[in-house]
Amino acid sequence: MESVKEQAFQEDKVKILSQFLSFKLGNEEYAVDILSVQEIRSWEPVSRIPNTPAYEKGVVNLRGDIVPIIDLRERFNLGNLEYDNLTVVIVLQFSFQDVTRIMGFVVDSVSDVVAVDSQIIQNSPNFGAKVSIEFINGLVEINERMLMILDVEKLFKLEGIDDNGDTESDKN
Amino acid sequence: MTTILAVDDSASMRQMVNFTLKGAGYTVVDAVDGDDALIKAQEQVFDCIVTDVNMPNKDGITLIRDLRAIPDYKFTPMLMLTTESGMEKKQQGKAAGATGWIVKPFNPDQLLKTIKKVLG
Amino acid sequence: MSIDMEQFHQVFFEESFECLDAMETGLLNLDMGAVDSEEINTIFRAAHSIKGGSGTFGFDNVAAYTHVMETLLDEMRDGRRDVTQQAVEVLLGSVDCLREMLNAIEAKEPVDESRVAEHKKSLETELNSAQSTTDESESTPVVQEAVTPEPTVAASIEASVLASPVVWDIKFVPHEDLLVTGNDPVRMFRELAELGKLDVTINLEGLPDNLDGLNPEFCYLAWDLVLTADVGKDEIDDVFAWVEDECDLSIVLRDPVVVPLNNTDDTQALVLPEIVAPVQEVMAAAEEITEPEPTEESVEITDETTVIVAPKEKSAEKKKAASHTASIRVDTGKIDGLINMVGELVIIQSMLSLAGENFSTDNLDRLKLGLSQLERHTRELQESVMNIRMLPINFVFSRFPRLVHDLSLKLEKKIELKLVGENTEVDKTVIEMISDPLVHLVRNSLDHGIEIPEERLKKGKPETGSITLAAYHRGGNIVIEVKDDGKGLNKEVLRQKAIEKGLIADNAILTDKQIYHLIFMAGFSTAEKLTDVSGRGVGMDVVRRNIQELGGSVEIDSELGVGSTMSISLPLTLAILDGQSITVGDETYIIPLSAIVESMNMEEGQINHVVGKGEAFLLHGEYLPIIRLHEIFNITSVKSSNLIEGTVVVVDGLDGSRCGLFVDELLGQQQVVIKSLEKNYRSIDGISSATILGDGSVALILDIPGLIKLSNQ
Repeated sequence: MESVKEQAFQEDKVKILSQFLSFKLGNEEYAVDILSVQEIRSWEPVSRIPNTPAYEKGVVNLRGDIVPIIDLRERFNLGNLEYDNLTVVIVLQFSFQDVTRIMGFVVDSVSDVVAVDSQIIQNSPNFGAKVSIEFINGLVEINERMLMILDVEKLFKLEGIDDNGDTESDKN
Repeated sequence: MTTILAVDDSASMRQMVNFTLKGAGYTVVDAVDGDDALIKAQEQVFDCIVTDVNMPNKDGITLIRDLRAIPDYKFTPMLMLTTESGMEKKQQGKAAGATGWIVKPFNPDQLLKTIKKVLG
Repeated sequence: MSIDMEQFHQVFFEESFECLDAMETGLLNLDMGAVDSEEINTIFRAAHSIKGGSGTFGFDNVAAYTHVMETLLDEMRDGRRDVTQQAVEVLLGSVDCLREMLNAIEAKEPVDESRVAEHKKSLETELNSAQSTTDESESTPVVQEAVTPEPTVAASIEASVLASPVVWDIKFVPHEDLLVTGNDPVRMFRELAELGKLDVTINLEGLPDNLDGLNPEFCYLAWDLVLTADVGKDEIDDVFAWVEDECDLSIVLRDPVVVPLNNTDDTQALVLPEIVAPVQEVMAAAEEITEPEPTEESVEITDETTVIVAPKEKSAEKKKAASHTASIRVDTGKIDGLINMVGELVIIQSMLSLAGENFSTDNLDRLKLGLSQLERHTRELQESVMNIRMLPINFVFSRFPRLVHDLSLKLEKKIELKLVGENTEVDKTVIEMISDPLVHLVRNSLDHGIEIPEERLKKGKPETGSITLAAYHRGGNIVIEVKDDGKGLNKEVLRQKAIEKGLIADNAILTDKQIYHLIFMAGFSTAEKLTDVSGRGVGMDVVRRNIQELGGSVEIDSELGVGSTMSISLPLTLAILDGQSITVGDETYIIPLSAIVESMNMEEGQINHVVGKGEAFLLHGEYLPIIRLHEIFNITSVKSSNLIEGTVVVVDGLDGSRCGLFVDELLGQQQVVIKSLEKNYRSIDGISSATILGDGSVALILDIPGLIKLSNQ
């Protein structure tokens, strides 16, 4: 009995590593859970969607699926940047109630994949970053770099997307 | 390879008979009614016929009578699947040349036991 | 061996619901005056089928319930019972009850036992009433078994002699024709041998003296069997149950005291002692005699592949049906067509890869040919695949005879329902979504349209009203009509009502069409009193909305005193759309071809600036508003904002409102595959969905009614 407890306790102390994909928006570095990343693509022209916020760039055809592309810089009010051939789209997937949605997010560049001990992730902080903290799940320091870990679920919440039912019936 | 013709207008019964017999290593061909069965029985010779009684487009008893008239099927075991527990249908079936019957509802084990009985 | 019976349940439910539908249709078709025995037989068979299946798959309550129905139907079938309207109503009620039971069981929910008991009781009351001459006891459910054991003293004897060996003397004299029933004495001996120790003695007395006269198909042999087994007579009877009429059989229990003493000088054994042989030997010998038919034939089947493949295919299909609740029944012809097409694709593919491997400019033509064939086949394949989703509209129509039957009884109206074009095929989604709106329209016709018999007679109309449900194709649409010969819509009453309800101004000028369309407005009901048939004002507005959601429209045509026709027009398939590509600035959009009335270039004098900001243009004597797509969509890259320089597409907004859509340019017309925008994104006003163009880019499909609404804001 004792030893089992002991062991469990030991394991608790063992680092639980999660992997994150980190990327840059201007001077700031962000990260998303690697499990939610479907693929990384280069920027390609989108079909514009009328009467939507500027950060919703439009939709593209991703192997037959219509996938919206969101500019994260604009979403976070970090100003815009001309897209060039280094501009990257991170395609994320998120499942909620058996429905999986796919969205692409435009970022300046992808940095790397980092393993983070989830124990050392600090809770949402009061800090000087420009991003509204609602998208941030936590902070972590890796090699003297500050990574802001994004809440994928919140990223997927666009205007009118979670009150689906209402927009549907409003249409009629 | 022992081949059995399973005749039933009910898809679920057909499926059950088919699965059971195939699971026991027999080759099974399905037919949906008497007419269908008669055509299939002439395309190949079966070692045993298992047929429902109440079916549209030729019932099981007529099917048995028609099959018995075909030389290939003179001695073939033919079993009726019947819910009529009264003797009347059984008598009619026997008169038409049925070997025997299996009374519905039956479970796969009962079916298999009876089939093994007639096929040895 | 254990087989999971649950794997068959899905198919059982599917077919049971089909049987219930068949029963319902059959019951409704019954003509009390001249009962068609084939019709009754069909109904009986359906009940019988459900009973058999439910018993087998362990739904005993369903089996017991169906048994009562079956008994009733059996008596009707045999003419032992008259087919009365009351009996039909009771049977219809029990069809409903059974459907509820099966639904509950399928959903693994508890069955409403009290309701079932109540229905079963009314069935039994019906059964016990009137002229039933049946001698069966109706109250006992059938789920019981086979070979009726003869009441016998064997059991008690068995008990009393338990200590000493039980020996049965069986004298088995088959009739000549035993073999031609497929029964084989060896089988029975084998079975008996399983019960205990069996000694078999052949009795050759039956053999003809002159062996030339021997018929090889006849059985001339008889057997005396001694079975030493601790079994009852019923178990031995069971072995011979199938042949009891094809043989003379005596089964006698040997006196337990006598047996051990007389065993050796048993008379029969004395007569033919040399033939007493172990059962295996006799079996081997009998095998030769009783199987005159050569067995090679069954081995010589040349076409073995088809024999094996066919059932395999079926079981795969069924497995699939069992695991997916949203299954679809597909005509095998359609599947064969698909398989053929895939075969051709494979051929083209290999031809293309060959041309690609040894590529030179010489076989460029070959490559081109292959590509064009590939294109054609892909298109055909696409069409065929879409075609799989197409089901006959009868899936919806078939529920109406019952509905009309029930409602006309309730409303005390006489109504004949005609179904036209039941085999017209529509997309599965249409089938699923059109059902409720259609029910509403039919109820409406029954309730508000058709007059009561006295009123009809007074008006010089036939006493029996008629409602016609028709389906047919028109252009790329399917049209479903609900037509009645009732009193028609009264424009003045409708108008008054709308004014009263504040839906329109009292000086509003409305066309006939617009007046009729008032009934689709929320909160509008013309029934003088509310009935539980067509409910209150909720409904017609929902009907229209449902139809619009399917991309369709509804039209009303009516003549006072003569009748009304509601026509629903729907796109044939929801996954593919005929579209007109247009451009505005850098953007390409698709307008559904079905919404386009015409397209035109404006001329100077045609345009009219209505007070303030609105623009309109004159078309066929009518001023239509202009919607500038670039404005409404905030597109800055527009080529020209001058109306004269662009193109105006006249579009129809489903509810009869038209407008001109100002765009840069018309491109081609093409069929596009509809892709959902909401799946990963969200709904956008003025946009119905998206599609992927030939170059892989996405084009949005315009939602015309939505656009008109958007421009009005």
